Amino acid sequence: MSTSKSKELILKRTAANKPEQSLLPDISFFEKNIKGSLDAFSTVLTAIGGSVYLIHDLAELVAVANEKYAKDSRIYSTVPEIQKLIKQTPLESNDGHDLENVELAIIKAHFAVAENGAVWITDDLMDNRTLPFICQHLAVIINENDIVPTMHEAYLHPATKHYNYGSFIAGPSKTADIEQSLVLGAHGPKSMTIFVLLNPDQS
Amino acid sequence: MTEHTTKDHAALAGDFNIDENRVDWHDETLWWVRAKRDKAVNQLPEWEALREAASLIKHNVLANLDTYLLQFEANAIANGVKVHWAADADEHNKIVHSILQDSQVTRMVKSKSMLTEECGLNEFLSKKGIEVIDSDLGERIVQLAEEAPSHIVLPCIHKKKEEIGELFHKHLGTPAGVSDPQFLTDTARAHLREVFLTRKATLTGVNFAIAETGEIVVCTNEGNADMGVNLADVHIASMGIEKLIPEKKHLSVFLRVLTRSATGQPITTYSSHFKSPAKGKEMHIILVDNGRTEQLGREDFRNSLKCIRCGACMNTCPVYRRSGGHSYHTAIAGPIGSILAPNLDMEKYGDLPFASTLCGSCSNVCPVKINIHEQLYKWRQVIVKAGHAPAAKKISMKAMALTLASPTAYNMAGKTARWVLKHAPFAVNNSLNPWYKHRDMPESPERSFKEWYSVNRKSSK
Amino acid sequence: MTVGLFIPCYVDQFYPGAAIATLQLLEKLGVNVVYPLNQTCCGQPMANSGFEHLTGGCNDLFLKNFSEFDYIVAPSGSCVLHIREHLHDDKSPGGKTPVSQKVYELTSFLTDILKVTSLPAKFPFKVGMHQSCHGQRGLHLSQMSELVAPAFSKPGSLLNMVEGIEIIPLNRVDECCGFGGTFCVAEEAVSSKMGIDRVADHLDHGAEYITGVDMSCLMHMEGILNRQGSKVKVIHIAEILNAG
Repeated sequence: MSTSKSKELILKRTAANKPEQSLLPDISFFEKNIKGSLDAFSTVLTAIGGSVYLIHDLAELVAVANEKYAKDSRIYSTVPEIQKLIKQTPLESNDGHDLENVELAIIKAHFAVAENGAVWITDDLMDNRTLPFICQHLAVIINENDIVPTMHEAYLHPATKHYNYGSFIAGPSKTADIEQSLVLGAHGPKSMTIFVLLNPDQS
Repeated sequence: MTEHTTKDHAALAGDFNIDENRVDWHDETLWWVRAKRDKAVNQLPEWEALREAASLIKHNVLANLDTYLLQFEANAIANGVKVHWAADADEHNKIVHSILQDSQVTRMVKSKSMLTEECGLNEFLSKKGIEVIDSDLGERIVQLAEEAPSHIVLPCIHKKKEEIGELFHKHLGTPAGVSDPQFLTDTARAHLREVFLTRKATLTGVNFAIAETGEIVVCTNEGNADMGVNLADVHIASMGIEKLIPEKKHLSVFLRVLTRSATGQPITTYSSHFKSPAKGKEMHIILVDNGRTEQLGREDFRNSLKCIRCGACMNTCPVYRRSGGHSYHTAIAGPIGSILAPNLDMEKYGDLPFASTLCGSCSNVCPVKINIHEQLYKWRQVIVKAGHAPAAKKISMKAMALTLASPTAYNMAGKTARWVLKHAPFAVNNSLNPWYKHRDMPESPERSFKEWYSVNRKSSK
Repeated sequence: MTVGLFIPCYVDQFYPGAAIATLQLLEKLGVNVVYPLNQTCCGQPMANSGFEHLTGGCNDLFLKNFSEFDYIVAPSGSCVLHIREHLHDDKSPGGKTPVSQKVYELTSFLTDILKVTSLPAKFPFKVGMHQSCHGQRGLHLSQMSELVAPAFSKPGSLLNMVEGIEIIPLNRVDECCGFGGTFCVAEEAVSSKMGIDRVADHLDHGAEYITGVDMSCLMHMEGILNRQGSKVKVIHIAEILNAG
């Protein structure tokens, strides 16, 4: 049967069998009109295997990265200032396969969610969609002010309005499929570090 | 793929219970997942309000399903996505195959999809010469073992790490006797990375489909959906039509309740929103009915379609924990499976609604408030009325009905039972009496309460 | 107020002590209790097996026997839940007949209607409280662990009025015992394993008695205890509240 015939059939059956009208609930009362707590975010992220660094500028981030990663590790960043600092060669192709040997990826996120340690990243922040997943280690920069308390505020944030692809990423890739033993680094990055850019007046 | 077509749940559960230590291990592992869920949800004072909101949103979806389907399709197409409609499992499989043929793909990688288990996709494609590799670690393990997943979220929860170690030794070349989860996972990471890097087509499931925007959301802890899709040229997303939600903001409710219910985590590592394919790539969504519109028309059972496939009902079910997912001989096991499957084939799955004590725990952990235990009771009535009860049971139930409708017959039956227990215990204390296998029979009192009352009190009736 | 006493069929036949204790307890609390001699069963064993359509005779007999009382009280959560939710007749084919709504499980009758605040009972033993599922989750006799909601317990509050009693803690506070009606024989393996595990929880915490509102659960656990040669006894909550 052709897909359009099936479409007709499915819609017909659905219209005939659906129950009586049931109104949508108002979910606005779940919204808390407060800022997300950096402390809460850090606590949750650390509990799920991520790390948090508080930094004043991006040079600090690069210093941490240089310390942790071997000189010949490929570090790739989408952030122009960091690209300069690490003397990154530009990406030549659109092919995500070319990022296969990236040891550390350094990208930005739009904002973080305190209740679950997640950050929201969209394709416009990725250069290539494979980057946040194919790297061995992921570093993400957020601004101290860009933390929301829960998913309710997250979907009110302008950054969740328009994108072609986006992901809430909460910590390093993981699995507990083998006898419920938690292992970090299933298919995505083995580690995730959030670098929180503190407000300038906080130094 | 093992399929127990002749044994029913009771028989399969009986087999499962032969190894008591293993039952204890399986039971305690899943109870621990339930306990993690409890810890997570008790951190949200608004938890019960979230469940109510999730339930009401899903009620609205079912009541407007045709409208949302059309809205979703239009928006997905506007996003550059190809939308297909499949009336049944076979059609779904054929659509997947034709998409692969159009792209000249003979090797596909799959992210987790219970819908494709339901449709038997892997076997179908295999017969057409298409290799499918499951990339979710638990799914890959059962794939290597040539078994079906036993749990919708924790596919190989029934497997011990030593058994997994043996599988990896046989198929992936790990040293014999190694069972360390870190080592085994690292091995799988390397093996599946090679698969991701070389496959041109990836199939994923869909956790939520947003009518308002035409996008889909896929939730994983491993990142396999994103690895697979972003490295391939073709993304195929298979979804049951009930996976729709009306607006993007409703994700706030569902993403808060889903993983807390499933594993006790506040959210999965990746909650990825696929809206438009990357430049030069293709994205397909297959909308699948396969009995869902039929279930929609069943007034007593349509609420089972609210399910967001979290698995909390399985973790909390004392029967599931002590019988294992394979005892349900269907793609989706446990309490939710037992109210979904009879809709597909009442004779084949008529045993499932009886694999329960109707304790009600499932309904009360369900994040979308499906009245599972009530539906189990109602399915029993439907199944018996349709003639699927064993003949012996029909006769004994008719006899019971007559006895209990007549005070004289009842008194006589009771007296006889007590006499037999007292004077001829061997008649019931034997292997023909299933009760007697692990339990002593009750003692026989001198008098029934009725007899005592007649002597010790006056009654007005 | 006149209360009709409804005694579950298996309590009538095999555990008359629980029924006697129920009657005596209500009388002690000043209730005028009548026990219709022509009662039999609530019909649940058939209904739960899918044969609800055969329960008409049973239902009619129940309604005939109990329609005249102000309240109907039964020492069973399971039977009461069934009557409240499933007992039907021609006038109320979907259930919830006017009579059904007057049926109360014993402990909830004491707390909600009689509003008992003290009892002269004495039971100086370690007791494990089994939360029979139908009473707990169906009739809301006590809070269930699945919900994020305030704790409460109607049977528990009555047990706390008993002098000398020590209620033991449990690992799994409200897991099902596995009786489940015909489930106990149709799925024997799982049923007895559930019962064995439930009993083990009580034994691990030093119970001398296991109690609850449903004799069916207790009968199932008693069968296991006796098979194990255990000295631990089961006792219906009515017998504890009526003790001493």
